Amino acid sequence: MNIYVLVKRTFDTEEKLVVSGGQIQEDGAEFIINPYDEYAIEEAITVRDAHGGEVTVVTIGDEEAEKQLRTALAMGADKAVLINTEDDVEEMDQFTAAYILAEYLKDKEADLILAGNVAIDGGSGQVGPRVADLLDINYVTTITSLEIEGETVKIVRDIEGDAEELETSLPLLVTAQQGLNEPRYPSLPGIMKAKKKPLEELELDDLDIEEDDVEAKTETIEVYLPPKKQAGRILEGEIPSQVSELVSLLRSEAKVI
Amino acid sequence: MSKKVLVLGETREGALRNVSFEAIAAAKKISGGGEVVAVLLGEAVSEFGNELVAYGADRVITVEHPHLKSYTSDGYGQAFMAVVDQEQPEAIVFGHTAVGKDLSPKIASKLQTGLISDVTDIEGEGDDAVFIRPIYSGKAFEKVKLKEDGVVFITVRPNNIASLEREERSGDVSSLSVDITNLRTIIKNVVRKSAEGVDLSEAKVIIAGGRGVKSKDGFEPLQELADLLGGAVGASRGACDADYCDYSLQIGQTGKVVTPDLYIAAGISGAIQHMAGMSNSKVIVAINKDPEANIFKVADYGIVGDLFDVIPLLTEEFKKVM
Ligand SMILES: Cc1cc2nc3c(=O)[nH]c(=O)nc-3n(C[C@H](O)[C@H](O)[C@H](O)COP(=O)(O)OP(=O)(O)OC[C@H]3O[C@@H](n4cnc5c(N)ncnc54)[C@H](O)[C@@H]3O)c2cc1C
Repeated sequence: MNIYVLVKRTFDTEEKLVVSGGQIQEDGAEFIINPYDEYAIEEAITVRDAHGGEVTVVTIGDEEAEKQLRTALAMGADKAVLINTEDDVEEMDQFTAAYILAEYLKDKEADLILAGNVAIDGGSGQVGPRVADLLDINYVTTITSLEIEGETVKIVRDIEGDAEELETSLPLLVTAQQGLNEPRYPSLPGIMKAKKKPLEELELDDLDIEEDDVEAKTETIEVYLPPKKQAGRILEGEIPSQVSELVSLLRSEAKVI
Repeated sequence: MSKKVLVLGETREGALRNVSFEAIAAAKKISGGGEVVAVLLGEAVSEFGNELVAYGADRVITVEHPHLKSYTSDGYGQAFMAVVDQEQPEAIVFGHTAVGKDLSPKIASKLQTGLISDVTDIEGEGDDAVFIRPIYSGKAFEKVKLKEDGVVFITVRPNNIASLEREERSGDVSSLSVDITNLRTIIKNVVRKSAEGVDLSEAKVIIAGGRGVKSKDGFEPLQELADLLGGAVGASRGACDADYCDYSLQIGQTGKVVTPDLYIAAGISGAIQHMAGMSNSKVIVAINKDPEANIFKVADYGIVGDLFDVIPLLTEEFKKVM
């Protein structure tokens, strides 16, 4: 089976976030594989181990993203591809990313493409379904279970807390929701092997993409931190008197009850 | 320039969802005086048309087909694109719901346009409209707009944009017949896990419990308080993983994103993935034994104490004054 995983290197949102000059400061920040993409990588490896084939992880980014690709290889992916847009693309949105990925994938005859259902930085959740539409293949989002039996793919997906059971077939793109699996940690031998696995680097030229074709459709005008909330009030005194104070604050000050 | 705006209306348990009315209000702003056309897709949905008009839609188009009984991106995609072809809208608004999230990227791709998802606020109107959305798990916000001409396409986060007053108005409700073929996904079954009644994503009051609730029974005092306040019970992933409650109650990045007027977090530490789903709430109350718990950083009011003391007292106290 020919399996591809779309991976994004993201800012670790558990870390402190600094905004200056209307932009997120990335210097010294911690970067990780988007957690929802880790579920996708794990699932890809599991499917390959059960059905044979090859797992290729693909990312768009700059050289820094090699680190996340090596981690995916250490988990067990077979090959990695870095589409380096550093010199060609200044501003990227979901349209841009999906276009580039689809151009790369269009002649790969992928049976299964996996991605995270959302990236924790931009949080839009668009790229997977957009890529599927451009490739004219079916997609299923926020999946929590995947079973391939011959021609049939059985999936359970999370729809606002309910579990939808469905059937479809390959070729297919799915996006992973938490609960799909527990991503493995790279083992030491895995890390050693990963160093020798192929990591191909491509630029837009190699994909016959013109810069104009991928110009972002949307524009971020400003990035800012939420207005600093007044420091919350920690109530004091005996618990029963705190509780009655809270009730009166919610009624008279906050006016929510 | 005034715009014609299409809005996707959604139903749940036999009624329109509030987010559809909120989407109409957003569409009004974007339209700059143009026309707002609501779209309903399903097996039998025309009965809901007038209600969308009452909330501000100028017109409603329904597409009814047996293949639209359950949502599939193929079925809804074909139906919605048929409406787009007929109406040639300049803007589109969906709710940022399971359906909205799944369908909007497909439609945006077909229209080769930008999609601004999970919008929580709109500044300006008509051509000057700029959209605000949370990023980085809710730690920051960005202001975004469409770069060039093209269809303006947004999804709106439930409970953030106020819907318009309901008014008796009249508007045309027409149907469009669409051939729906070649569905690549077959829905076999939906296991309903979410409680009937108050929809978490639309609740005005949420009492949420975490690992500190310690057991299934531990949720009972929370439920009592929620019932009294006409609210809903939610949970952290910690509580769901420990099997104290169902995953359908989960709030956060993986679960539901909520914006109630009042969010009471009991026995929840305040992990970033949890806060991504609730930090926009209007008033946040934290109840936690640990004075250092992260949740106090976003709380408007905090009580350091045992939730099993505090929650029943709260219920008693509210009973006295309500
Ligand atoms: C990719 C990813 C996605 C995730 N998505 C989500 C998500 O959507 N939603 C989510 O919630 N989490 C999510 N998580 C998990 C998150 O990181 C935390 O592990 C989780 O939120 C912790 O739940 P908790 O606060 O209930 O538990 P804990 O962190 O264990 O906190 C329990 C708290 O209860 C307090 N406590 C204990 N007993 C009492 C008592 N008697 N009275 C008062 N206080 C008491 C303790 O002091 C403590 O602060 C995600 C994680 C990952 C990696």
